[in-house]
Amino acid sequence: MALQSLDIKARSATTTPSPAVRGEAIKVAKLIDISKCIGCKACQVACMEWNDLRDEVGTNAGTYDNPRDLTDQSWTVMRFAEVEVQAGKLEWLIRKDGCMHCADPGCLKACPAPGAIVQYTNGIVDFHEENCIGCGYCITGCPFNIPRISKKDGKAYKCTLCSDRVAVGMEPACVKTCPTGAILFGSKDDMIHHAEGRITDLKERGYQNAGLYDPSGVGGTHVMYVLQHADQPGLYNNLPKDPHISPMVSLWKGVTKPLASFALGLAVFAGFFHYVTSGPNEVKDEEHTS
Amino acid sequence: MSEQVVTRYKVSERANHWVTAISFILLAASGLALFHPAFFFMNNLLGGGTWSRILHPFIGVVMVVSFFIFATQLWSQNKITAADREWQKHLGDILCNKATQLPEIGKYNIGQKYLFWILVITIALLLVSGVVMWQPWFTPIFPIVLVRLASLVHAIAGFIAILAIIVHIYSAYWVKGSVRGMTRGTVTAAWAKHHHPGWYKDISKGNR
Repeated sequence: MALQSLDIKARSATTTPSPAVRGEAIKVAKLIDISKCIGCKACQVACMEWNDLRDEVGTNAGTYDNPRDLTDQSWTVMRFAEVEVQAGKLEWLIRKDGCMHCADPGCLKACPAPGAIVQYTNGIVDFHEENCIGCGYCITGCPFNIPRISKKDGKAYKCTLCSDRVAVGMEPACVKTCPTGAILFGSKDDMIHHAEGRITDLKERGYQNAGLYDPSGVGGTHVMYVLQHADQPGLYNNLPKDPHISPMVSLWKGVTKPLASFALGLAVFAGFFHYVTSGPNEVKDEEHTS
Repeated sequence: MSEQVVTRYKVSERANHWVTAISFILLAASGLALFHPAFFFMNNLLGGGTWSRILHPFIGVVMVVSFFIFATQLWSQNKITAADREWQKHLGDILCNKATQLPEIGKYNIGQKYLFWILVITIALLLVSGVVMWQPWFTPIFPIVLVRLASLVHAIAGFIAILAIIVHIYSAYWVKGSVRGMTRGTVTAAWAKHHHPGWYKDISKGNR
């Protein structure tokens, strides 16, 4: 549902401008400080509560990950990794996975249904399921493997960054509930500033490669991580080092489509003008007599 | 006095052609709807975006089955010959309706044969890539890289097939006396002699 209090910057499969009279809004961001996360999953519960989601009870697969993966009912999942970056020094890296709200969203680029995916001026990328046709192109376009198609209604779902809460001046449910302050929400500038302080602190404590994950390949994201090992994002359950929209998706959805559409129109016109200039190809009357 | 006619397509060939043709139109409309927003209105032909997404792959299967049965029936007549290549050299004159003294070609001219092989290749590609893109049944079992490649291949193959069919439909309209071959199954003997003299000779021999 379009939120009146949030202006739209981009809409899927739309070639005309989006409503823009109110101008630029402040860019928002969620900052997830992995060094402060204790893996309590309160954020998962808060997400379920606010969004009224109830996933099926799964089975234990020998890890703390529960549920095992994102689903249409689980828009955020804690992913646990036990790694030894330095030999003999075990680290438990817990990453809250979910939509990164890219500034250059691959889902929106790939979506063929007008208005099914929107990007608000504040940076939130939101799915409007009433316009979704269930083709799954958003999954094809996403560099982070986030959207999930529901088996119940065939529509795609993912984290909304609680756009409905943000629209009325509240922080996302996961942020509100986090007991350690590992999840913060505010303007993107403020979040970057806060992250810088955290990174300085981590470096002082021996994490030489601590850094902010705000990948430029997708234009930056509106969900950012403070990583202890920013040089190796792959440690955090395969967080991509340099995410970007696949060149195959860009080619599939880029300039080739208007050009190809033009070519089809041209072919139809070429036929019409051939007919009115050269005329029909007929068998002459005298040939019929034989 | 009724004009002398010859049979060009059997009932089974006509039936397969039109099952393929009707499926193709529905597929092209619903496919283009997802190809570019300018065509999104076309999804209404199948009852809206979601219905298009649901029905498109099933119609695709119908077309593939019907097309490949049809293609098998026409396969042997579509091998490109030396006469065809000679005929192609006169293409400019043919398009201007000025051609005389054309080589004796068989049941199909080289343009029709190109159409045949373009459709054999593109429809095979559309089938394979389409299965990989088929939500929610098959896509989840394929790696994402393959799904992206399939999406690209499907779009390109669909574009080429639609372009070829635009030329095919126009040619049928342009060359008077052709359409009845596929609607009633017969063409006039004069038409056969004029456009496909080699084929006319063959069937005349057969009749005697």
